[in-house]
Amino acid sequence: MAPPGTAPEKPDRTPDSKEGGLGLDSASQDAGLDCERLLSLFRCMVRIRAFEEHAHKEFLKGEMPGFLHLYSGEEAIAAGVMDTLEDDDYIVTSHRGHGHLLARGSDPKRMFAELFGRVDGYCRGKGGSMHIADMSRGFLGANGIVGAAVNIGTGAAFAAKYRGEKRVSVSFFGDASTNRGTFHEALNLAAIWELPAVYVCENNFYGSANYQSDYMKLKDIADRAASYGFPGVVVDGNDVLAVRAAAVEAVTRARSGGGPTLIECKTWRHWGHFIGDMARYRDPAEHEAWLKRDPIPSFKAKLLAWGVASENELAQIEEAAEAEMDEAVAYGKASPFPPVSELTAGVYKEDRP
Amino acid sequence: MRTLSYMQAIAEALILEMRRDPHIYIAGEDVGKFGGAFGVTGPVFKEFGPTRVLDTPISETAIIGHAVGAAAAGLRPVVEILFMDFLPIATDELCNQAAKIHYMFGGQVSCPLVVRTAIGAGMGAAAHHSQSLEAWVCHIPGLKTVAPATPADAKGLLISAIRDDNPVVFLEHKMLYATKGEVPEGDYTIPLGKAEIKQEGKDVTLICYSAMVRQCLAAGALLEKDGIGAEVLDLRTLVPLDKEAILSSVAKTGRAVIVHEACRTGGFGGEIAAVIAEEGFATLKAPVKRVCGPDTPVPFSPVLEAEFIVSAPKIAEAAKSLL
Ligand SMILES: Cc1ncc(C[n+]2csc(CCOP(=O)(O)OP(=O)(O)O)c2C)c(N)n1
Ligand SMILES: [Mg+2]
Repeated sequence: MAPPGTAPEKPDRTPDSKEGGLGLDSASQDAGLDCERLLSLFRCMVRIRAFEEHAHKEFLKGEMPGFLHLYSGEEAIAAGVMDTLEDDDYIVTSHRGHGHLLARGSDPKRMFAELFGRVDGYCRGKGGSMHIADMSRGFLGANGIVGAAVNIGTGAAFAAKYRGEKRVSVSFFGDASTNRGTFHEALNLAAIWELPAVYVCENNFYGSANYQSDYMKLKDIADRAASYGFPGVVVDGNDVLAVRAAAVEAVTRARSGGGPTLIECKTWRHWGHFIGDMARYRDPAEHEAWLKRDPIPSFKAKLLAWGVASENELAQIEEAAEAEMDEAVAYGKASPFPPVSELTAGVYKEDRP
Repeated sequence: MRTLSYMQAIAEALILEMRRDPHIYIAGEDVGKFGGAFGVTGPVFKEFGPTRVLDTPISETAIIGHAVGAAAAGLRPVVEILFMDFLPIATDELCNQAAKIHYMFGGQVSCPLVVRTAIGAGMGAAAHHSQSLEAWVCHIPGLKTVAPATPADAKGLLISAIRDDNPVVFLEHKMLYATKGEVPEGDYTIPLGKAEIKQEGKDVTLICYSAMVRQCLAAGALLEKDGIGAEVLDLRTLVPLDKEAILSSVAKTGRAVIVHEACRTGGFGGEIAAVIAEEGFATLKAPVKRVCGPDTPVPFSPVLEAEFIVSAPKIAEAAKSLL
């Protein structure tokens, strides 16, 4: 064995190679969805991309404080999973959570206000990108602590089961977060309590600058489910219909009392870990190959091939998303900063009516 | 003398110590290939490579936990927890294991371990990446806590921390990383438990550490305009605490303002105030004052974060209220 920490030999990890490959048949199954549903999946992904591109631009202008972790490239996961949920289901996510909020129906205006630290943001400007939440949609928040959300998502699943409700709790998290002890503890608890939980691992192959094989010996994170005694599945995370199909199965199992599922979605983040990280640690060939698997153009091509919509109709969806996000940015910037009194308000519930 | 940044000074201390002692290794998230989240360990990785500068998974409990075992077995780990906000994840490993094994096992083993971690607000990083939790670790007997304010102190104190046979929590304020100062060449140590007067004054003592030393020096300049002489006492180490230095400065000025960025309630300032009250009460001409962060999480919004962080005018105002 190589001494710990020794860099491995460099394998070919482009998505279609044996080493880095998905090992999946990524041909989408026709899920029997009607045109409206297919278009809404497309719209969802396009809106997330537009949001992230706008956020990126504003961040580079220096108008957004803090850290910005973009979801670009991973849109198919949020879109595909969220499409299978009911309005009263619960969701938690990590530091890379904008896409999940948007897919859940949160208002990009209030999201931008939050990202700019303004009073009209979902958290009154006190959370920012990394700690954004929308309780009106069962969205228990993004999280700055890697690995913290899975416990919270597990607890929400417990609450649903305890009250005898048919609600499901979905936790989104990154590949590298599964090395936190919390991941093991949360999933084991969910297993023995047979909780209505769905664990969605967004495997973009990197935990900040480290490739998956640098920090775990497993190839498929879904295999971890075996150690908790519930199903784990691998899907092409850039194929919205494949993600959706896996989510339908997992959500149905959870809702009907069948317990948790771990879904591993293999995907790719288009940018660095955060904006400012140039991602020089990535192999350009691998990056290029993954960019060709961008979930949006590939789904667009399918919609066209299937005659779901015309070029023109899809272009209109894209333009509408652009316009919506322009407006949302403007709203966010126009919102005032919170009053200084907000600093000490709301530490405890009784501080505020 | 040459000038280094706080960050470079820390890297230099690590490199010098690692050249001297092969038992020293570094482990943490992104410390190797990536060069450290703040860029501190880049030059160390360059010299020592992945066998002595080890990238770990996102596993804070294992980062500190394994280091306790490695230290007990004879190595001298210097581990990094990216942000002090993540340190509570490894509370058992640090507070129940590292801190106690020497005492609990009757002195049979020691735990020469350094945990480097970044503290402080100022980056818009909000509630989970901005805290100063030094009071938590200061409460645990068996741990030492160091919080340097200048590049020269950072280097000398880190070398001492590495040579210490006890677990030391070494707090690096992220807003200080880019600050520069003169740093002596080569090997030197600054003893743990020795405060330093960063500016002499006769009217009031500003007791501080870490990033607040800069704010206190700025407050001193403001006070000077009003003819008030502020003595800026940089504690540098919180445990062990240089009580002598605190008491003798307060005996000279008769007034004490204690300044820290961390929240007020249960903050380390309370301990300093108690020391003055118990052992220096007779020398006081006015009540002891604390200027601290408010009892809130660190907010994201830049206007709120700016209000959270103790500023020089607030310190100066507090000092004036004692005169
Ligand atoms: C407990 C904890 N440790 C470390 C970090 C710093 N950190 C933030 S994101 C990240 C990488 C996360 O990787 P992954 O889980 O794969 O999610 P991705 O960023 O790829 O979406 C790290 C190390 C943190 N925020 N919290
Ligand atoms: Mg990842």
